[in-house]
Amino acid sequence: MNLNLLLLIPLLTAVAILCCKGLKQVRTVSFIGTALQLVLSFVLLYWYWQERSAGNNAAFLFENNFTWYAPLHINYHIGVDGISVAMILLTSFVVFAGVLISWKIEKLSKEFFFLLLFLSVGAYGFFISLDLFTLFFFLELAVIPKFLLIGIWGSGKKEYSAMKLALMLMGGSALVFVGLAGLFFNTNTGDGSHTFDIIQIAQMHIPVAAQKLFFPFAFIGFGIFGALFPFHTWVPDGHSSAPTAASMFLAGISMKLGGYGCLRVATYLMPDAAHQYSWIIIVLSCIAILYGAFATMMQTDLKYINAYSSVSHCGFVLLGIGMLTRTAITGAVMQMVSHGLMTALFFACIGMIYDRTHTRQMAQLGGLLKVMPFISTVFVIAGLCSLGLPGFSGFVAEITVFMGSWEHAELFYKITTIIACASIVVTAVYILRAVGKAIMGPLASKEYSLLPDAGWNEKLAAGLLIIGIVAIGVAPFWLNHLVGPGAEAIMKNISNVAIIK
Amino acid sequence: MNYSSYIALIPLLPLAGFVLLGLFGKKIFRQSSGIIGVLLLLVSTALAIYTAYHYFFVDGKVNDVYQTIIPVKYSWLQFSSGTSIDMGITLDPISVMMLIVVTFVSLMVHIFSLGYMKGEERFSTYYSFLSLFTFSMLGLVIASNIFQIYIFWELVGVSSYLLIGFYYDRPSAVAASKKAFIVTRFADLGFLIGILILAFEGGTLDFNTLIQRLTDTQSSQFISITTASFLGVSVLTWALTLVFIGGAGKSAMFPLHIWLPDAMEGPTPVSALIHAATMVVAGVYLVARLFPIFSINVSALHVVTWVGAISAFLAAIIACTQTDIKRVLAYSTMSQIGYMMFALGVAKIGGEAGLGYTASMFHLFTHAFFKSLLFLGAGAVIHVVHSNEMKDMGGLRKFMPITHITFLIACLAISGVPPFAGFFSKEEILLAAFNSNKIVYGIALFTSGLTAFYMFRLYFSIFWNKPKELHDHHGEGTFSMKLPLVLLGIGSALVGFIPFGKYVSSDGGMLESPFHLNFSIVPVAFALIGILLALWMYKNESSRPQWAAAAFGGLYRSAYKKFYIDEIYLFVTKKIVFNLIGRPAAWIDKNIVDGTMNGIASATATISGWIKGIQSGKVQSYALYFFAGIVVLAIIVLYIWK
Repeated sequence: MNLNLLLLIPLLTAVAILCCKGLKQVRTVSFIGTALQLVLSFVLLYWYWQERSAGNNAAFLFENNFTWYAPLHINYHIGVDGISVAMILLTSFVVFAGVLISWKIEKLSKEFFFLLLFLSVGAYGFFISLDLFTLFFFLELAVIPKFLLIGIWGSGKKEYSAMKLALMLMGGSALVFVGLAGLFFNTNTGDGSHTFDIIQIAQMHIPVAAQKLFFPFAFIGFGIFGALFPFHTWVPDGHSSAPTAASMFLAGISMKLGGYGCLRVATYLMPDAAHQYSWIIIVLSCIAILYGAFATMMQTDLKYINAYSSVSHCGFVLLGIGMLTRTAITGAVMQMVSHGLMTALFFACIGMIYDRTHTRQMAQLGGLLKVMPFISTVFVIAGLCSLGLPGFSGFVAEITVFMGSWEHAELFYKITTIIACASIVVTAVYILRAVGKAIMGPLASKEYSLLPDAGWNEKLAAGLLIIGIVAIGVAPFWLNHLVGPGAEAIMKNISNVAIIK
Repeated sequence: MNYSSYIALIPLLPLAGFVLLGLFGKKIFRQSSGIIGVLLLLVSTALAIYTAYHYFFVDGKVNDVYQTIIPVKYSWLQFSSGTSIDMGITLDPISVMMLIVVTFVSLMVHIFSLGYMKGEERFSTYYSFLSLFTFSMLGLVIASNIFQIYIFWELVGVSSYLLIGFYYDRPSAVAASKKAFIVTRFADLGFLIGILILAFEGGTLDFNTLIQRLTDTQSSQFISITTASFLGVSVLTWALTLVFIGGAGKSAMFPLHIWLPDAMEGPTPVSALIHAATMVVAGVYLVARLFPIFSINVSALHVVTWVGAISAFLAAIIACTQTDIKRVLAYSTMSQIGYMMFALGVAKIGGEAGLGYTASMFHLFTHAFFKSLLFLGAGAVIHVVHSNEMKDMGGLRKFMPITHITFLIACLAISGVPPFAGFFSKEEILLAAFNSNKIVYGIALFTSGLTAFYMFRLYFSIFWNKPKELHDHHGEGTFSMKLPLVLLGIGSALVGFIPFGKYVSSDGGMLESPFHLNFSIVPVAFALIGILLALWMYKNESSRPQWAAAAFGGLYRSAYKKFYIDEIYLFVTKKIVFNLIGRPAAWIDKNIVDGTMNGIASATATISGWIKGIQSGKVQSYALYFFAGIVVLAIIVLYIWK
């Protein structure tokens, strides 16, 4: 299968949107484009499995490589492994749901949908890149449009948030760039020239001193995207000011760019450094998990609750990566997918509530179950997934991370795992508090009693995301089979290091 | 018929009910959802009874020992080569017994609710939640993998949450549902860590393999887990105690019991099913499931024994003072589960020493009948009186003859009066305690007297005493409400005669439990004293209760206030967790972490302001900087570089 299609469809859709007239045409085109992309990602999954079951054991499938700029050894090199396929599936789900949720957006609708699609091109490109430069290029594509989405369509103190988000993410990219450049200049293809190619770098051994110098750049750089403590502060402001679809994209996909980058670039290519710095990553992610959860407990705005809880949940991603076992890394990827779907669902739900009641303050909400049974049920489902209830994806991912972390025998790992486990209680507290205040209880205001429940577009969006969550939660083995080998390839690099020492 | 051909249907039929009613209940099955729920469960119950018949009487035994049969098992989530979460079905004496208990009680509750919940706006939602609970509970009891039990453990927790909060527009119900979930979640944290330890040390998550490895004194796993220690306590004790904390949370053992009385906010049939007969005994069941491992660790067994005994005693005292009839029953449940716990705690594996194990399971079995009957009876009373308070009741025996008789049977059963069901099981528990720990026996004996007292206090206050005026009295209830009362009443009267030790014993063999007449005299005397005392105080309206309350003074007041345990919790959570951890975390994030980031941003802006000043566009100043730069570079090159 030709992976370029994954970029072509959203790109063409984006261009087509520019040629449209009126909201109706714009949203029809976006709907068709993103739906096609959703189908395509399933086709990709199908072909991926076909290849694997036919016995193709190459690290990456469907590779495509041509020189982009020879003097600097920049190639347009793409290909996928199980981890990328999982991330692409996630992206297509979230983008499609995002389009449906933004169905009624009237202000500059053409530009809005264009930017959304454009963002998704960046994400798809990022997940299929096998060349560090291409990867960086797509990462940048996925930053600028966010600034505009928040600045133009946002709410609250949107200018401040947009600027903050853009600056911090730009800072992250700058660090990533230093890391990548450093990596590049320490590669040696045998004839003295350098390479950006991920597959090639993974097979050569970068000098340990260089790894130790550049790993922090790459990891912190990507970590900023993935809400690494203490660089997570763009998350709450950015999410809460963003329009619904942008929040969904931001939390559902953007933060995963960070996790994926930490895994694919930092850990995979610099295994010695990853091994040496792993304890720092673990400590920071434990702080993010528990401290994020406690900070969530004190929030009163629904979007802030979800944004802070994203900090806590994304901590599991980084914890899994830091633990450096096959199981934990598999869990980290599962958590990326799970959190992406769950948080998109949550933001969609909060958006629906906000559209109707014009408030996100818990104190002003209450008893919504009576007037909006569908939206409220979805809210409860998203909440239950967030608190790690079995049957939903969150449980599977968290348990896999825990099991993977516990594989280490040393006390340090046990204690950090217990700290991470402790968050399941705090999560339950803030989720049930939000559900109890906003959804249950007596109806907060008489004006709410006339509010409409979800429309077909909202039902479809929520339904799709719930299907994704439940499909992982009830039958996790498929995702495990998909992600496991990818995690194993990364672990092979790590364990080579561990054995050498 | 082969087990594997139908056994999965027992849990899957209620699951189908949940999905069907959850998705389409509001529109398509608006009227019929109750009937659909009942019919699906009826099939499940029939299959469960058939399974039990087959297992106990046809092919469960090999060489006179009941075998563990795993007819269905598939890998759900593989972690590493040894550890995976499997979804499977285990058939052994206790799981088969639980299948009967869960399906039967659930069926009774489903039928009772047809009348009780009639006209309720969210009727179909109610039935879908009931089905979800039944499915989860069945999945829990047949689990073959320790993580499978954890998964269903959480699912019963959430069904309980949803059902307690069923009347979601009442703030008290919302608070109660939240409390129940969070307290048990806290306990589950212990369970989860316990599982992680057992999985790591045992190298497996499968129950049978785990038990095999950790009880074999020669195996490397056993040696490793018993020799390793943390803070001076062996890792095995840690693991078992942590698992037990999970069990104690679910089973409302002291000091994790605070959620159970509040959980009575849910519809009364739900209390009968979840908070009396099935979910709350999950903790006992968990200990029983891991009993071979518990039995080799004396410290963990001591924890089980004492937590059970203290809970039994404390709850009985509190139950004597409460005035809300459902709360009395809730404390009584806690007390009876305490009995089951310490019975396990005083047991050992094999033969006569395993009497406690059999007794515990026996009491679990009989308790399910009479306690669900008590709750359903209370439900019928509440249905008529429209109040939970004892003071609004009285003289109801004439209006509700069937409820009255069945309630009386249940009271006699729980008090341990022969020949009702509770007598036999409680007798065995007391005997087991007597054989191994005299202090626990003493506590248990005194508690059984208290039990008889508070149960008959309840009985006389509801059905005798001074009749109160009844508003819009509409009879005793529908046929669907009376039928379960009668069936459970028959059960409460008769199930004690089952020779339980023949079927359920610690080692799968046969345990003859001879009837000791001499031993029975003392406990029965205690029960009779309790009943007579209640008769004297509550049969007719008098000032004796007030007088007794005044006589006990401080003890009465603190028992009435539930020994202030709720207040302690409130202090810890509100004052300490929220104010000393949550609030500072949020403040630090906003002011320090984010403040630093903003500080960096504004510092950057300031510096850029300076640079802007430098880039003035004046050629002279550029020349000056250029010259200064060359000087600096020259100095560096000349002196430092070398």
